[in-house]
Amino acid sequence: MAAADESSRPFAGLSDVSISEDIPVEGDISVPVGPSRRDDEFSTLDEPVKETILRDLRAVGNKFIHVLYPKRSSALLRDWDLWGPLLLCVTLALLLQGGAADSDDQGGPQFAEVFVIVWFGSIVITLNSKLLGGTISFFQSLCVLGYCIMPLTAAMAVCRIVLFGGSGPVSFAVRLVVVTVSFGWSTFASTAFLADSQPPNRKALVVYPVFLFYFVIGWMILAFAPSQ
Amino acid sequence: MSAGPGGRNTNAEPWGSFDDNLIQGGGSAVIDMENMDDTSGSSFEDMGEMHQRMKEEEEVAAEAAAAEEDDGEFLGMKGLKGQLGRQVADEVWQAGKRQASRAFNLYANIDILRPYFDVEPVQVRSRLIESMIPGRMINFPQKIAGELYGPLMLVFTLVAILLHGMKTSGTVIREGTLMGTAIGTCFGYWLGVSSFVYFLAYLVNAQITMLQTLSLLGYGLFGHCIVLLVTYNIHFHFLFYVLWLLIGGLSTLRMVTALLSRTVGQTPRLLLCGTLSVLHMLFLLYLHFAYHRIVEGLLDTLEGPNLSPMQRVARDVPELTFNATVRGLRALVRAH
Repeated sequence: MAAADESSRPFAGLSDVSISEDIPVEGDISVPVGPSRRDDEFSTLDEPVKETILRDLRAVGNKFIHVLYPKRSSALLRDWDLWGPLLLCVTLALLLQGGAADSDDQGGPQFAEVFVIVWFGSIVITLNSKLLGGTISFFQSLCVLGYCIMPLTAAMAVCRIVLFGGSGPVSFAVRLVVVTVSFGWSTFASTAFLADSQPPNRKALVVYPVFLFYFVIGWMILAFAPSQ
Repeated sequence: MSAGPGGRNTNAEPWGSFDDNLIQGGGSAVIDMENMDDTSGSSFEDMGEMHQRMKEEEEVAAEAAAAEEDDGEFLGMKGLKGQLGRQVADEVWQAGKRQASRAFNLYANIDILRPYFDVEPVQVRSRLIESMIPGRMINFPQKIAGELYGPLMLVFTLVAILLHGMKTSGTVIREGTLMGTAIGTCFGYWLGVSSFVYFLAYLVNAQITMLQTLSLLGYGLFGHCIVLLVTYNIHFHFLFYVLWLLIGGLSTLRMVTALLSRTVGQTPRLLLCGTLSVLHMLFLLYLHFAYHRIVEGLLDTLEGPNLSPMQRVARDVPELTFNATVRGLRALVRAH
């Protein structure tokens, strides 16, 4: 109390006005110092590399499951990563590569083209959603859009298998069905994740570029034919 | 040699100061100055050298001191005393500042652009439909919405359609990719022609802003999208010309009436609207034929049976000359 009195003396006039005498001005200020915080933290320094990689792969696989079964969970948004999108994008580009690898025409999609379409497209969609007033962060959106290519990548794998059997009207019909289903799946899944972050009256404006994006990719997959 | 004790000092100093710092906290600079007194009587160069060393030592000592104190903030501040350190830090700071300001500018630009994307789906739909309906009112300035969502999406749609057309027609581009060409063509047309029209409008004193020009021309691309989407898939030239005149003409007419209503005078109107309509209609023609028919024709000449006439001509040349000589010989014989 003595210290409180002493400190209040220079502001004696003020203390009369604002603070009544019977309220003691005291307390202790303690800065919470956490010396043991760093030690308690989970450390990945001394674990085997295999475990680290497996843990990351498991996280990526978990997100794949979320895409396959989109139930509006926020796991894909909460801890985003770009490993899955990179993996999917490279796989898709490699699968689409065979068409024009050795031939001269540019009708078949090239690796760089797929890569550019996927990343440039996702960036455009993300910027668009931000411009429309979405509350999602840049990389979250990239993550969701990248992971939602997965059905289309699966469709591409199926298409290649079907194309081994030969390319006739039957195989085209099968491919058309597969690509259409996976295109719808991709659009639906990404919309399920992205739509919550948008103003409710503008969902259609956000969904349109997403639709266009997956449509172009789906069309590329459908138009793919391996070089003879 | 005065460098001897100096060298010894430099070797010993970090340890000494470090130990001191362990006990006292920071005051290493003072200790440095005291040790410097040993080197009295040295030349100026030596002094300069010593000065340099002293600064280095100060740096090291300051770093040690700062590292020892838990406050990491002073680590940079004390280390900046050396000239080199200051320069490097300046450069790093400048680069960081530049990057930070760029990132900030990006986000600031997003905020600046946001009003132009402030639309409802219903508005976009009605504007798309309106882009096909020419307004009849020319005497009073028509309302042109300054909005960029619709135009941007239409340009991207056009890119996708163009890509489709290029692929199905088997277009070959020597320098560059199909994707880059499609994006470059569409954005180049949109931005380039908008700027040009805005420039013309500025010259003839038309009441239109750059934003309105962009929006007007962007929505004018809706007709192009429809026509190209149909005609890339249905190869039927008569159909294309009908659609070109009907849908392309309607969208062009809409832009022309909007511009007419905002321009005063016969010559300015003719100049502005003539330029815009010619450019817009020819662009559609170009997009259709550049990636559709001409390429098909080229492929035909290169790969199809049309290649043989060239060979025939080459083979015919000696025959012709042979015939001519024979004829000449016959004429000679007859003459004799």
